[in-house]
Amino acid sequence: MHELPVIESILKVALTHGQKNDVQKITAIYLQVGELSDLEDEWMQRYFDYLSKDSIAEGAQLKIDRVPVMMQCEDCTISFQVDIKKIDEIVCPECNGKSNKLISGRGYFIKNMEVI
Amino acid sequence: MDEVRLIEVKEDILADNKKVAEGLRQKLAKDKAFLVNLMASPGAGKTSLILKTIEVLRADLNIGVIEADIDSKVDSEKVAAQGIYAIQLRTGGFCHVDATMVAQCIDAMDVKAFDLILLENVGNLVCPAEVDAGATLNAMILSVPEGDDKPLKYPLMFSIVDVLVVNKIDFLELSDFDVDVLRKRVLTLNPGIKIFEVSSQTGQGIEAWANWLKEKVYASIK
Repeated sequence: MHELPVIESILKVALTHGQKNDVQKITAIYLQVGELSDLEDEWMQRYFDYLSKDSIAEGAQLKIDRVPVMMQCEDCTISFQVDIKKIDEIVCPECNGKSNKLISGRGYFIKNMEVI
Repeated sequence: MDEVRLIEVKEDILADNKKVAEGLRQKLAKDKAFLVNLMASPGAGKTSLILKTIEVLRADLNIGVIEADIDSKVDSEKVAAQGIYAIQLRTGGFCHVDATMVAQCIDAMDVKAFDLILLENVGNLVCPAEVDAGATLNAMILSVPEGDDKPLKYPLMFSIVDVLVVNKIDFLELSDFDVDVLRKRVLTLNPGIKIFEVSSQTGQGIEAWANWLKEKVYASIK
């Protein structure tokens, strides 16, 4: 059920910007989605198609970019990309520090839209 | 032929919720109420831990409970049976609560009458992690039977909480759950997290957790 509120918000933001810019049709929405999100592209599109029926966003393609998970070492403060599936192996590549803070890889962000 | 053009949006889709959540946190701070957002899988022991925590703290703090469920009143009735104020939040199919839903509950309560409000989120490790409920403190319960591999499957949840309560610690002997492995995995995702090992059944560790929470409440509302 998680898809529903997320896609509803995406649609709401897209429609607001569509109206503000006087568009007839939204053909594509470019999204940045954190790698930590559990939502699959295919399902997001399916929910979007369902919710956007009869709106100016009907038929729009979701173009999804995944934002990699980045951590920052608390000791030497460098940032590095991690494979979150391999938690047991995560160490700072610079100083081998094990205290690392998650700094990106969350959330949903709409970059821009293709409109007519 | 109409031309396709590109318009900039640059919007975080959870921004509206974040705004409401920040507003709620400010209101709670002003009214000197401390809200704990308790998240866990179904069956991890959220309601039991709430009841045990209340037992320890009710002499010192005025406590209220918000029970969020998709569509039942079972948990709020259990809490109310203990003579504790409980409000039921029915999410109507939603898998998590958002800040607006919580704010509505807070508005419906006489919030100034409470020091500590325990919010039992919907049982689920996915969505509640993504949606800021507006709480003062985010807490998670993981029960031993669920396994020490959960940080691998739900990293986001483990990364956003301030405190992790490992419940059903009395089941350790019966399982291959390795507390050290769990700690290492959790601390990798969230170095600042506080971890407690408890059993709502035997009472082990409950006082340590409850007293830690009490100190947090005092520090925030005094």
